[in-house]
Amino acid sequence: MNIIVCVKQVPDTNEVKIDPVKGTLIREGVPSIINPDDRNALEEALRIKDSMEDVKVTVVSMGPPQAEVALVEAIAMGADEAILLTDRAVAGSDTWATSTALSAVIKYIGDFDIIFCGRQAIDGDTAQVGPQIAEHLGIPQITYVEELKIQGNKVVAKRALEDGYFLVEAEMPVLLTAVKELNEPRYPSIKGIFEGFKGDKVKMVSAKDVNCDMDNVGLDGSPTNVIKSFTPPTKSRDLEMLEGTPAEQARKLIVRLREENLV
Amino acid sequence: MAVKVIDEKCIGCGACIRSCPFDAIEIVNNIAVIGDKCTACGACIDVCPVEAIFKEEEEKKGVDISEYEGVWVFAEQREGNLLNIATELLGEGRKIADKLGVELTAILLGHKVDPLADNLIKYGADRVIYADHELLNTYTTDAYTKVICELIKERKPEIMLLGATNIGRDLAPRISARIHTGLTADCTRLDVDLENRRLMQTRPAFGGNLMATIVTPNHRPQMATVRPGVMERAPYEEGREGIVEKVTPDLTEADIRAKVLETVKGGKPQVKLEEAKIIVSGGRGLGNPEGFKLIEQLAEKLGAVVGASRATVDAGWIDHAHQVGQTGKTVRPDLYIACGISGAIQHLAGMKESKCIVAINKDKNAPIFDVADYGIVGDLYEIIPEIISALENVEDVLEAVKLNA
Amino acid sequence: MGFELTREQEMVRDVMRKFAENEVKPIAAEIDESGRFPMENVKKMARYNMLGIPFPVEYGGAGGDDLSYVIAVEELSKVCASTGVILSAHTSLACWPIYHFGTEEQKQKYLVPLAKGEKLGAFGLTESNAGTDAAAQQTTAVLDGDNYILNGTKIFITNGGQADVYIIFAMTDKSKGHRGISAFIVEKDFPGFSIGKIEDKMGIRASATAELIFDDCVVPKENLLGKEGEGFKIAMATLDGGRIGIAAQALGIAEGAFEETVKYVKEREQFGRPLAKFQGLQWMIADMATAIEAAKLLVYKAAICKQKGLPYSKEAAMAKLYASQTAMDVTTKCVQLHGGYGFTKDYPVERMMRDAKITEIYEGTSQVQQMVIAANILR
Repeated sequence: MNIIVCVKQVPDTNEVKIDPVKGTLIREGVPSIINPDDRNALEEALRIKDSMEDVKVTVVSMGPPQAEVALVEAIAMGADEAILLTDRAVAGSDTWATSTALSAVIKYIGDFDIIFCGRQAIDGDTAQVGPQIAEHLGIPQITYVEELKIQGNKVVAKRALEDGYFLVEAEMPVLLTAVKELNEPRYPSIKGIFEGFKGDKVKMVSAKDVNCDMDNVGLDGSPTNVIKSFTPPTKSRDLEMLEGTPAEQARKLIVRLREENLV
Repeated sequence: MAVKVIDEKCIGCGACIRSCPFDAIEIVNNIAVIGDKCTACGACIDVCPVEAIFKEEEEKKGVDISEYEGVWVFAEQREGNLLNIATELLGEGRKIADKLGVELTAILLGHKVDPLADNLIKYGADRVIYADHELLNTYTTDAYTKVICELIKERKPEIMLLGATNIGRDLAPRISARIHTGLTADCTRLDVDLENRRLMQTRPAFGGNLMATIVTPNHRPQMATVRPGVMERAPYEEGREGIVEKVTPDLTEADIRAKVLETVKGGKPQVKLEEAKIIVSGGRGLGNPEGFKLIEQLAEKLGAVVGASRATVDAGWIDHAHQVGQTGKTVRPDLYIACGISGAIQHLAGMKESKCIVAINKDKNAPIFDVADYGIVGDLYEIIPEIISALENVEDVLEAVKLNA
Repeated sequence: MGFELTREQEMVRDVMRKFAENEVKPIAAEIDESGRFPMENVKKMARYNMLGIPFPVEYGGAGGDDLSYVIAVEELSKVCASTGVILSAHTSLACWPIYHFGTEEQKQKYLVPLAKGEKLGAFGLTESNAGTDAAAQQTTAVLDGDNYILNGTKIFITNGGQADVYIIFAMTDKSKGHRGISAFIVEKDFPGFSIGKIEDKMGIRASATAELIFDDCVVPKENLLGKEGEGFKIAMATLDGGRIGIAAQALGIAEGAFEETVKYVKEREQFGRPLAKFQGLQWMIADMATAIEAAKLLVYKAAICKQKGLPYSKEAAMAKLYASQTAMDVTTKCVQLHGGYGFTKDYPVERMMRDAKITEIYEGTSQVQQMVIAANILR
């Protein structure tokens, strides 16, 4: 069985801070990590590899050359191979263009039974690239997978809803997106780290190498454009005491929380 | 589309580097150079003190956007019940349609849910396209995508909004990929630029540290998913009239490749404190372990998770899994309601990053008020029941306030 | 010597930091309180090849380098010094002498399972009358046919009772003094070997510290490590490397306490402002940060010397002397900056201060390190 896992290297948004004076993002010293949901996707692929014969796990990513580190980490966790699409031509892609480019890499690899993605990346939180890849490849998708079984040529997945789940079945090849409830990802092994950096397991490819549709990738191939970005006004902690009878206090509170869209 | 630097104007001050959320700018020979990581977000443009950075617009391929007209909202139903997001989208969709002077259409997919179609009209839709089919009874990616894409191709709406629910976030990207159009996820604010009829889609990124406004200039429909609970719900108008168009799509079992075998409700694993959007915490001020029953009631009403101070955990009133603070969990929810918690430094260390903090305490000098946005001094056993009842009648409360004003 | 870590070392640091935060830190206070040996975490470390970092892959190791190993001990010790010393004693004191002095057969039989982490190792040199004066060994080993028969008692043995393989020193020829000491590889199940008293300690309470009793213990003669009479040399060479591990442990303790304290002084307010705004306290913070940085450079330098095959006896002694002093000094100040809270078990600095003390004592007291340094300079 061939499993392809799509991962993204992202800034650890938990570490991103706002400059209180300038109101801008402080990016210095923010570490780059494998997107958390992608780690769950990779873990599930590795568990399938651990439990079945002849499973090959290939990790795919798109990003600047520095993203190689994320792929070495994936190798150190146990993936067999990794491919990084790194090319100026794909820089600035939105989700549509990103999914177009990643689909090209996947087609270039060729054989696959399962494509795993994380549900969403923490720098964008869009959850779009997975389903868009499935559409470009013309295969079924099951998103928000929180439990997975392989049965012959089919997968059966618990697909999370807000208040329960669907039990969904699909024939392979299929694209699945993982949520963190799916599993507890393993750490990279120390041995894997030294092998990963040494070996030729991480392959770099250009858009041309994988026959990307150049009109539909990069900034110019993206249907959406960011026209403005700004930091949300930082809240100052000015205490407002709510006075009155308990009923009045409660009412004032609800009105204020409602205004801030908190309830 | 690209962000460029006018070398002659650049003074190499580096303000743009610090503003860049994508770490894409460096200073080379005292001039800012924009690298591959740039997404043309434009954050640097505003901070440049000498206006040396600008955005270059380029003509892009796309569709003939003049052929597209009307605002569509996807009216998500589950088991015959309309989700709140459907009426929220109608509320927002109505405003946009009015601004553009076009029809607001609700797209309803299901089986034997005719009463919902009428409801959508009452909630402000001018037209409802109701696709009725056995195979649309339960949501599947394949069937819903097929039906909606065929409708879009046939009728060409200029805007389509969906709820950013677990289902909307499965369906919308699949549609956008098939139609080849842009999609903006999880919007918290929408507006239109009347000059060019563009939908201005604003959404949080970087874990809420950054807001971005996004447009889809050359592709149609302009698609967005909208975060549930953010937009104001449309009002229900009893006598309102509109057109309900019932269509019978051409669907077969073979169209559905990912089949839903079973729908299971409830049984969700307990939400972890760290991931909770709202936390209601109890402290020693509860007086006894039974106090947590009241905390739980409030939490349930808010869809919140129960937290606790160390004192209550040590006293055995509640399990350690609920503890917030130095020796418990560090949390940063959108809303943290501290009930009967004095605010020892150990506790504050675990929750003071919360977006909004509400403190309810008898002692007006309790340190918890130092970090709170809203403070209520009083007996929590009187105040919490009032909050619960106010939440139950939240519309009335808001109405009452409006009348007062 | 460069001042930048390699990409491998950086990733090892990140992984160890995450492992320490997620797996070790949550139980650190509990195992300190109860004195329970964290075998579950030792098993987890084995799964990720953390127990054989600097040894070649063909001997079951991770194929890494000495600095990566030092970083691993440092990161673990930031959150739990007990876990740090378990790794240090296993790697430096048990695996390394077999790797360096063992025969190919001994390496295959013992180093491979140790480096893979299938087995845990320990090192038995100290006796009740042979502490700093390690040459005064009273344990004896007498060759009897194909076996050595060991008699005697070792004390204060780290990982004692938990380990499967022990490097044990004993007199094969009393008349030769320290040149009559030999080293043996002893398995926990060898007849005549038993575990005695388990120490109840001030710090590193979750690490096992035990008495080893040899009562006509039968050790096959192929388990002699090195040659007869080479034991003292093996012990001293092993301790040179071990000191780098303990120095890394001390460094980690200091860093861990310091990080907690920086967080605390920013949060804690007195007289209406955070402690961090008081200049007198800022001076303490500045001094501590400088001492920690200096300790780190010494420790990393010693590791790099070892890695490059340069002499490292003096460097290791300096690293341990200075890092352990720094650990004691920094943790004491950190408790001070926490005030009354620092004296309670609500904050980890209390545990860290107790843990720091042993780093000035074991694997050669600070005074022994001074002897080693002086001897290297004045010879």
